[in-house]
Amino acid sequence: MATNVVMPQLGESVIEGTVGKWLKQVGDRVEQYEPILEVVTDKVTTEIPSPASGTLLQILIGEGATVKAGTVLAVIGAPGEAVAPAAAPAPASTAAPASADTAAPARAGTPRLTPVVARMIAEHHITDAELATIRGTGEGGRITKKDLENFLQTRARPTSAPAVPAWEQPGTGELFRPTEEVLRPVTAPASGAEEIIPLTPIRRTIAEHMVRSKNVAPHVTTVHEADMSRVLKFHQAHSAEFEKQGVKLTYTAYFVQAAVAALKAFPLVNASFTEQGIVVKREVNIGIAVATDEGLIVPVIKNADEKSLLGLARAINDLASRAREKRLRPEEVQGGTFTLTNYGVFGSLFGTPIIHQPQSAVLGVGAIQKRAVVIDDMLAIRPMVYLALSFDHRLLDGALGDQFVQKIKRFLEEYPLT
Amino acid sequence: MPVLTNIEAVTRTLQEEMRRNPDIFITGEDVGVRGGVFRATRGLYEEFGERRVVDSPLSESSIIGIGIGAALYGLRPVCEIQFADFIAPAFNQIVNEAARMRYRSNGAWICPLIIRAPYGGGISGGLYHSQSIEATYAHVPGLYVVAPATPYDIVGMLRYAFRVNDPVLFLEHKKTYRLIKGEVPDAWYTVPFCKADIKRAGTDVTVITFGLMLHETLQAAEQVATEGISVEVVDPRTLSPLDKETILASVKKTGKVLIVYEDNLSFGWGAEVAAIIAGEAFEYLDAPVMRVAGPDVPAVPFARTLQDFFMPNAEKIARALRQLAAY
Repeated sequence: MATNVVMPQLGESVIEGTVGKWLKQVGDRVEQYEPILEVVTDKVTTEIPSPASGTLLQILIGEGATVKAGTVLAVIGAPGEAVAPAAAPAPASTAAPASADTAAPARAGTPRLTPVVARMIAEHHITDAELATIRGTGEGGRITKKDLENFLQTRARPTSAPAVPAWEQPGTGELFRPTEEVLRPVTAPASGAEEIIPLTPIRRTIAEHMVRSKNVAPHVTTVHEADMSRVLKFHQAHSAEFEKQGVKLTYTAYFVQAAVAALKAFPLVNASFTEQGIVVKREVNIGIAVATDEGLIVPVIKNADEKSLLGLARAINDLASRAREKRLRPEEVQGGTFTLTNYGVFGSLFGTPIIHQPQSAVLGVGAIQKRAVVIDDMLAIRPMVYLALSFDHRLLDGALGDQFVQKIKRFLEEYPLT
Repeated sequence: MPVLTNIEAVTRTLQEEMRRNPDIFITGEDVGVRGGVFRATRGLYEEFGERRVVDSPLSESSIIGIGIGAALYGLRPVCEIQFADFIAPAFNQIVNEAARMRYRSNGAWICPLIIRAPYGGGISGGLYHSQSIEATYAHVPGLYVVAPATPYDIVGMLRYAFRVNDPVLFLEHKKTYRLIKGEVPDAWYTVPFCKADIKRAGTDVTVITFGLMLHETLQAAEQVATEGISVEVVDPRTLSPLDKETILASVKKTGKVLIVYEDNLSFGWGAEVAAIIAGEAFEYLDAPVMRVAGPDVPAVPFARTLQDFFMPNAEKIARALRQLAAY
């Protein structure tokens, strides 16, 4: 009796997942609850346990393909068991499956391929059409390893095209190329001077997200400056006390606090723009951008408005460290309503961050630096920070954006000392 | 560098080792006064005396049995089986005693015994003086089965055999004794077991072979080179345990394999080599693994014409090489 492996729903609002990596191959024996594949959702990788013991008979969804929850991914059963034709997989709307359709039917009349030739065809992604152009020099026209090697040599170095008048040639540059060609992933380096690092699922997700955000939301960035004297004074007075409670207090916690206060004052910033209308969120869930070895990830502090400074600091430390260890649960990167990115830790003064869709704004925090400032016509040395807010100009006008940042600034500058 | 024949390589190395180590002695049929039927022990009886070069009765079982007993008590015996064809009576001593000694005593006893056995056909020796026996013994764990084919390898591997502490079946192809000559360096060296040697480098087809067939293959490779077929010749030298690494590396390079051995084709030594290649280099193969070997008849016939039919040779090997290259 065959058992289907289906794409699980990883988290309440997660309706699709990407097949990251098959941990078992067709023909492998799997035990019930043994990890059978990795599923990637919004940059979090989760191992999926096998629903049954048996032999992996068929893999229906290839690595890199994104499908809706409930889609059949593979079939497990007794070795040699016939597999009933499965319903066509439902590809998700946002990402095109990259390798779900690689099993090309054998062409009639094609000579059988030797093992090495079959392997090389797969390794070099030689298409059926390309294969048809290779003239086999083996017995009965069989394509030999050498034929393939020769083909790959000419394929790598295209022969120089005959001279054509300039007006006969299509324009060069990305503008003149068909979209599919521009967006098509490069599969082989053009020369030995380049190297291709394959896209990890995380990198692909980041790239798609960045492009999408810039496409849908007209970004505006406004920069304000805040005096951090009182925050620093408080911090010096209290960080030892926090440490006693086992929490390392970072400046990020103060900025989250300030953002929460401003979001409460301006609920329109805690919202999403949709065609149906502006969706104002009741929850204040703050995403924190965390740099990891594999790429940027944004875990979310749920209900940040209900947390004390201590609670925020603890949540930030916990999420950041688990993000670096890749131990976040899928729902922990979901549901953010506003994002904070503290690039100041890397020395940046201010940046123009990209909005985390479908939110409406992102706050960038620069490095805290002592600067000479003029107060009451006198020069003073104060620890200053630049606060940069990128916001979606469709639903937020400049005045509102600036008022929002001013609220953050005041919160920080008037920070209570006790 | 002196040029030696294969038989001179054997004799010189035995003499050199016996001078070095007084624990070494030789026993076998006619090895003493007569100096061996192939003259492999010529002069040794005169130099080392009857206590170290001992003529034995016509009993292979006792030749090996004596060797095992002496080895257990610390000596370094060299047992000569006059023709490998006659080794069968000693099968029980070699397989059940010598090869298992270390294992069944849990390492408490070792059996450093060298069994020299001239083997192979092509010398009009008929049924009882032409056999190849490697398949039977390569099947036995606990035993080194080596078959060096050149003076250099014979000297290096015989020296090495005196330095391992397990039984060694040292196969010498009798047709190569005076046919094959080669340079042997003056400087002392050994050739370790389980290390194959690329006897000729090439890119189109790999041939794996040993003994007399190595030399036939080298001739065949020379022939087909003129037709543009580049042949790599791998000589495993140690037939068991095999140097899989070198063999697989060559197969992965060329993608086409021919295995040549003189013994009967079926269930032969080359079947194991073919199985290893199919199992561990399948995705590199560009043609079926092929074998050239003796036909499945009970023995190498005496009649010259029939012997020629039986023996693989450069002609037959070249034919298979052309077939493989074209595949």
